[in-house]
Parts: sequence; C-alpha cells; structure tokens
Amino acid sequence: MHEYPVTEQIIKIASEKAKENNAIKVCHIALVVGEHSGFIGESIQMYFDIISRGTICEGAILEIENIKAKWKCPLCDITYMRQPYSFACPKCGQDGLPTNIGKEFYIKSIEVEVP
Amino acid sequence: MTNIEKIDVVQDIYEENDRIALETKESLEKVGVFVINVMGSPGAGKTSSIINIIRSMPEESFYVIEGDIESDIDTIKLKELGINAVQINTNGACHLDAPIVQKYAKKIDMDKPGILFIENIGNLVCPAEFRIGEHIKMLICSTAEGSDKPYKYPLAFEKANIILLTKCDLKEFVDFDDDFFRKGIKGLNKTAPIFEVNAKTGEGFKEVVEWIRKNR
Ligand SMILES: Nc1nc2c(ncn2[C@@H]2O[C@H](COP(=O)(O)OP(=O)(O)OP(=O)(O)O)[C@@H](O)[C@H]2O)c(=O)[nH]1
Ligand SMILES: [Mg+2]
Ligand SMILES: [Zn+2]
Repeated sequence: MHEYPVTEQIIKIASEKAKENNAIKVCHIALVVGEHSGFIGESIQMYFDIISRGTICEGAILEIENIKAKWKCPLCDITYMRQPYSFACPKCGQDGLPTNIGKEFYIKSIEVEVP
Repeated sequence: MTNIEKIDVVQDIYEENDRIALETKESLEKVGVFVINVMGSPGAGKTSSIINIIRSMPEESFYVIEGDIESDIDTIKLKELGINAVQINTNGACHLDAPIVQKYAKKIDMDKPGILFIENIGNLVCPAEFRIGEHIKMLICSTAEGSDKPYKYPLAFEKANIILLTKCDLKEFVDFDDDFFRKGIKGLNKTAPIFEVNAKTGEGFKEVVEWIRKNR
C-alpha cells in the first residue's frame, strides 16, 4: 500500500515531462532513493508495472539508484555511515548529526522516444 | 524513425504534496490557527495526550482532525468532550498526506484563532515522511513500546519538534531504560525537548503546554 501513491506521482511527473517534450513513449526512468526515504525500490517497481499500464510510461525500465544514509560530525567536518546503536564520529567519538544524504527521493532523468 | 532523447528532470516526488501542505499551512495561518501534526505508534497515547493538552489550555480554541485507517472511535470520544473534531478514514493508507488533510481542514469551521491538532495514522514510520500543513510535529512515544525505538524508527525522532514520552506510570513494569532512549534521540535530534507525561493523572502536561505557548 505504502508505495502506491508515490508511484502514481512518479508516473505523473514522467508523463508530464515526456509530453512537454512531444514524446510518444517513456523508455527509462532514473530514480534516486535514499536509504532513509522510507521507500523500497522493489515495491515501487511492482506498483509501477501495474499503474503504468495503458499510460505513456508502460514498459519503461525503472532504474533505481540507492543512497546510503550519512551522519556529519560538526567538529571534524566529515560525513560517515553510522554503526548500529551508535551515532559516534569514527574520528573523534562525539555524536554527529543526521544529514539529508540518504533521504533523497526524486526523478533524476527520463529517456523518451520522440517521433 | 524514432529517436531516443534523454531529459534531465531532478524533480522531487514530494513536490506536489509539499506545495499543497504549504497552501494549507498558509491559509490556516491567515485565520490564526497553529497546526500540530501528532505522530506515534498505534496506542502510544496520541488521543489521550491531545485531550490532556486541551484540558490544560482552557483559554484556547481547539480543532482536531483525527486520522485513522478505519472507525470514528477517537472522534466520538473527542466530540463527547465538546471538542470540535472531524474524522478522516484512509481505508488502508498508512499515513495522511497533504491533499487529504487540505480537503478535511475545509470541513471544520475554524471561526476563532487557535490550535489545530492533526492526529496522524498510528504508525511510527511513514507519517514522518509527509508534510501535511503543520507548523510543528509532535511525536508521542510510550514507555511500553521500549526504549530502543529511536534506533529502530529514526526518522520520526529526527523530524519531531517536540517529543512526549507517555505512560511514564508504567516505566517500572516495562524495564524502560531512560539513558538508552535519550542517547538515541540525541544522536538524531539535538533540539526537540522530551517531556515525560502520564495521561491518566495529567502529570507533566503543564510543562508541555508552557512549551507550546512559547513556541507557537
Ligand atoms: N497507564 C497509562 N495508560 C495510558 C496513558 N496514555 C494513554 N494510555 C492508555 O493507552 C491506550 C491508548 O491510548 P490512546 O490515547 O487511545 O492512544 P492513540 O495513540 O491515540 O491510539 P490510536 O489512535 O489507536 O493509534 C488507552 O487505553 C489509554 O487509556 C498513560 O500515560 N498511562
Ligand atoms: Mg487515537
Ligand atoms: Zn568527529
């Protein structure tokens, strides 16, 4: 259920962009999905195959780029992947802060067929 | 002959949701309504906390939008207490989004400035991902859920502006580890205050209400 409405949104955005460019078909959609975006690529793919039927996006290949979440240490000015049950910076041991790396959820590009 | 063309898009999938959320927030702001998105697991104590806050601020006008997958149990409870409430049933969807909230916000007659609580679907995951028109997110977490929740559901804790730890009367029965809980939150969110409350006695809500008064 969870990925259904966002998949509809993906198809809507891709279809609009394709039509703006006078395309007749969307062949490829490049999606960027952060680890902490809350969305799962496989699940989006499943809904995509169902919802895109009969639309300009039917049959398009969905390519999903996953991004690992990173924390930032304000003292050492580095970003790092955290260890389980810990938020500590690997350099100084202080707790860092979450960043937007790993929360991405956007369409990067599409490939379309134009007559 | 057809050609393949690549088009750069770089469009956030939340963009339309966020635009509608902003519209709702701005239109409510115009009539002096401050919006609080109340998030937390099923049974964490969201409705009980809303009721306690409303009782502690008799000078204020309150409105509530109740989100549940099914039923109007919470709305009936609020209406029986004289609180102006409407029910959203999502029929399966696991979170509220901006379009549905915008539609239901129009169904409440908010004739006086005040506070609108939007009780999100009981779920510690996806409600944190969607803006619905709120000024602040209030996270309700109960001791009975266990002190490891910040580690398992980080986004809800990261996005919260204020955190209520409910059912503090049950701490001793559920081996709640305060330090572990607070350490987890500090790694995710350095600004949200954590208030310990008991919705059965009303303990701790005085401080919550003071914080709301200061931050609205
Ligand atoms: N002992 C104790 N029980 C509480 C407290 N707060 C809530 N409860 C009880 O916990 C149960 C769930 O409380 P609700 O306020 O309905 O929780 P909710 O988060 O609104 O639940 P849903 O809307 O179903 O997700 C009820 O039986 C409450 O009486 C508390 O501080 N202490
Ligand atoms: Mg409730
Ligand atoms: Zn460091």
